[in-house]
Amino acid sequence: MHPIAEKYIRKSALPTIFCPGCGHGTVLNSFLRAVDQLDIFNTLGLVSGIGCSSWTPVFVNTDVMHTVHGRALAFATGLKVSNPKLDVIVFTGDGDCVGIGGNHLIHAARRNIDMTVFMLDNGIYGMTGGQVSPTTPADAKSQTTPYGNPEPPLDVCALVVSAGATHVARYTTTQPRTLISGIKKAIAHKGFSFVHIISQCPTQTGRYVYGLTKPDEYVRMIREQSISLAAAGKRSTEELKGKIITGLLHECSDRPEFVETMTRLRRA
Amino acid sequence: MNKKRRAITKEIIIDGGVCKGCHICIDQCPEDVFEVSKTRSTKGYLMPVVSRIDDCIACMLCELICPDLAITVETTKDEK
Ligand SMILES: Cc1ncc(C[n+]2csc(CCOP(=O)(O)OP(=O)(O)O)c2C)c(N)n1
Ligand code: SF4
Ligand SMILES: [Mg+2]
Repeated sequence: MHPIAEKYIRKSALPTIFCPGCGHGTVLNSFLRAVDQLDIFNTLGLVSGIGCSSWTPVFVNTDVMHTVHGRALAFATGLKVSNPKLDVIVFTGDGDCVGIGGNHLIHAARRNIDMTVFMLDNGIYGMTGGQVSPTTPADAKSQTTPYGNPEPPLDVCALVVSAGATHVARYTTTQPRTLISGIKKAIAHKGFSFVHIISQCPTQTGRYVYGLTKPDEYVRMIREQSISLAAAGKRSTEELKGKIITGLLHECSDRPEFVETMTRLRRA
Repeated sequence: MNKKRRAITKEIIIDGGVCKGCHICIDQCPEDVFEVSKTRSTKGYLMPVVSRIDDCIACMLCELICPDLAITVETTKDEK
């Protein structure tokens, strides 16, 4: 194992539950490097819901709340309010975060509570066998949309921006250096940080939605679809069809942070 | 060969105890350093093998992208 893994991985939980080539493992890899560079291991408070993505923090050898489906943000809110010194970080999936948990997401963003949310988006319910999710592409075939998905996918980044999140970014598992620096910026930001991470699920999305049999082909596809925000600015809407726009999409500092407001009220 | 080199790669270690044979490293390596092994690992996977270490430019992409943190690229210090 890499020295970073030797240092931070909970060895008793190995092997990881992830299938070969699962992007969630790359997110774990990038996250551990960000933690090491920021030197925040001792103040981490990791929280997750249910799904393959929600297993990601379980392999980190620190305090982790692996909670119930869709409710990670509710637990994380309680943790942050009761212990504001913690760097509260949530790992969630597209199903967990905007399927069953969508309402919690809206209100956590609205409160602008100081925490970081990593939504590992593989466009499917991976763990339960490949059912359609709110981010599955339109027309895609999944186990529950055998004739093609009749619904358009949700633009989760636009949703949290409008709800009040103060740091919103998108990255992919195929550009780990950019991902690591993005993770660091999101954690450092004070307020509600939302990071949309496009992650590959070779087992469900790869096989059924894209007809790809190998994880490396899937990674190549995501990489080819990715375009940085700066480069995207020079393209027309037509040229950006099917592209994944990566980078810091939104940041502001003019909204009050929830825990600070609560602390002020408590003192008053 | 020395074109983009930042540091010199001494060794690329791949841990057979955690590698799941996804082959993302083989495909993503810009210098085509890896090959698929012809024999299975103790876990039953066809792991990557390092077959052209002299071509490695120490970009570290393989160890950063590995979903199982199985790869370590050992380099000498930056010699600029
Ligand atoms: C209340 C409840 N409903 C349904 C389930 C079944 N379930 C487990 S994981 C999951 C979907 C997870 O999808 P996502 O968050 O996208 O994670 P992924 O596995 O794709 O990473 C569902 C529906 C559950 N565990 N609890
Ligand atoms: S089912 Fe998909 S998301 Fe779950 S571990 Fe396997 S590849 Fe990853
Ligand atoms: Mg999912």
